[in-house]
Amino acid sequence: MTEQKASFSASELLAVMSSRLMRDGTVVFAGVGIPLLAAILAQRVKCPGLTILFEGGVVGPMIEPGKLPPSTNEQRCTRRANMVLSSTDVLLLLQRGYVDVGFMGGAQIDRFGNLNSSFIGDPDRPKTRLPGTGGGNDIASLTHMIVALKHERRRFVERVDFITSPGFIAGGSTRASRGLISGGMYRIVTDLGIFGFEEQSKAMQVVALHPGVTMEQVNDNTGFRVLDNPVCTQTEPPTELELSVLRELDPQALYIA
Amino acid sequence: MTVKPYQQLREEIRDRDKSLRDKVMSLEEAAALVQDGALVGVGGSTLSRTPMAMIWALIRARKQHLSVCRSIVSSEGDLLFASGICDRIITSWFSQGIVWGVSKVMRHHVETGAKVYEEWSHMAMGMRFRAGAMGLPFLPMRSMLGSDLLGRRPEVKLMNCPFTGEPLLLIPAINPDVAIIHVQRCDAYGNAQIDGLQFMDIDLAMAARRVILTTEAIVSNDQIRRRPDHTKIPFFTVDAVVEVPYGSAPHECGGLYEPCFRHMDMYTGQVNSNPEAGMRAYLDQFFTSPKSWNEYLDRIGLEHLIEAGKGGRSVFND
Repeated sequence: MTEQKASFSASELLAVMSSRLMRDGTVVFAGVGIPLLAAILAQRVKCPGLTILFEGGVVGPMIEPGKLPPSTNEQRCTRRANMVLSSTDVLLLLQRGYVDVGFMGGAQIDRFGNLNSSFIGDPDRPKTRLPGTGGGNDIASLTHMIVALKHERRRFVERVDFITSPGFIAGGSTRASRGLISGGMYRIVTDLGIFGFEEQSKAMQVVALHPGVTMEQVNDNTGFRVLDNPVCTQTEPPTELELSVLRELDPQALYIA
Repeated sequence: MTVKPYQQLREEIRDRDKSLRDKVMSLEEAAALVQDGALVGVGGSTLSRTPMAMIWALIRARKQHLSVCRSIVSSEGDLLFASGICDRIITSWFSQGIVWGVSKVMRHHVETGAKVYEEWSHMAMGMRFRAGAMGLPFLPMRSMLGSDLLGRRPEVKLMNCPFTGEPLLLIPAINPDVAIIHVQRCDAYGNAQIDGLQFMDIDLAMAARRVILTTEAIVSNDQIRRRPDHTKIPFFTVDAVVEVPYGSAPHECGGLYEPCFRHMDMYTGQVNSNPEAGMRAYLDQFFTSPKSWNEYLDRIGLEHLIEAGKGGRSVFND
């Protein structure tokens, strides 16, 4: 474990683990940072037929190593794309149902997979005003979601201060009863493991742990109790190939530091 | 927030002179078209095709109580708030850019309650501009439901679809008093050609009552007519055309220049470490004291502009 930890950063682990969740022949709507990196990594290593969408309006780009865009709204995002649409029209592809999975980072998440990127504290007198939803709310509302974030107690809370991007709201069938009749959280990828949501309660449940990680460690770093899973597996550590592609993509460690 | 009655919406543009007429003017003359208290729609998104020169001119003209709407807001939002010309920003995301963390300038002005950041989902912003462009009071949408964004937006309405019974959210149109949009090229009449990402600019231009174009280059009407399929904004929606090379700097303009990354690093370092004094110094150095837009560019620095230009021109060079 110590040896492996020394050989890659937490962000690299997140990028590799989430890239493995991508499926060839599907369409992924990716946010900036780790999601963008993981989607490109998947495209290069195992899913040449993965189509990436960016909210700037981009359909199917091929990002150049070392020239990662600073957001999903700059010309670097459009390199070797099949098409550029307006932002509105690319977001509408989510609503139409052409997007298999959405993929983003997050500031704060709760046991039902709700994400907060708007306010820390009382929204009327916030301790911290965060940047907000961007396309996050639309992606979370309209497709299945993968979220990648570092596993810290302050990020994994019983209940988020504010639901910016809805997961399963209050669990059970509340997502549908609040009007969201499609999509939902699929996987949460952290530096400790991969998590899903239990079928009935829609509460967060472990799917796989990274080598050397225990459930105790997970719960120590989580502000609520993560459900056990009798079929919990162990992930394979990042391969040399995955890490080298990743480092080639982001030589300045803009996102993988 | 009010959705304009349809008759009013039409009347506002009915008496425009829709002839092919020369609309070329200076930044200062264009700034005079923006009234205090106006709702200003800003073209581009994040660090792309930001109409920075027009914002520069509005700040220098000391406008008051503007409201601003844009798909995503970057450092121009800091400048609008800190300069005192804008009270409210309507957008889906507001920070300088994810690589620089959370804008301390945005935080400073919003957390104290001095300024308002009105948050909508990105698609909701798109629906607002599109409804405005379509001459409709609203469009139905399926996101934002179930979230806490909904509870903070009294402007929206819930309904069940009359055909399927499914829940829908009705997003009100937004029809800005004036849109400011930066493009790669247009003619003197305002036929605007946009390369690359369009963001929400076409809907914005159609929705707004007036449109001010800033452009990297004014080309002849003959040039426009050679490639009419590249024209994205029709001339009769446009009121002003201002030629401003590097008009988005330090942000980017697709195919011509990338963001001046080192300038953005300097800017974010300075203002995020001291949102008041750092911002005052930046505004003074780059916005108030230069005598002209060219002097602003001179202060950004030739080396930075050349580097940004090299990046912008080579982005598709494979």
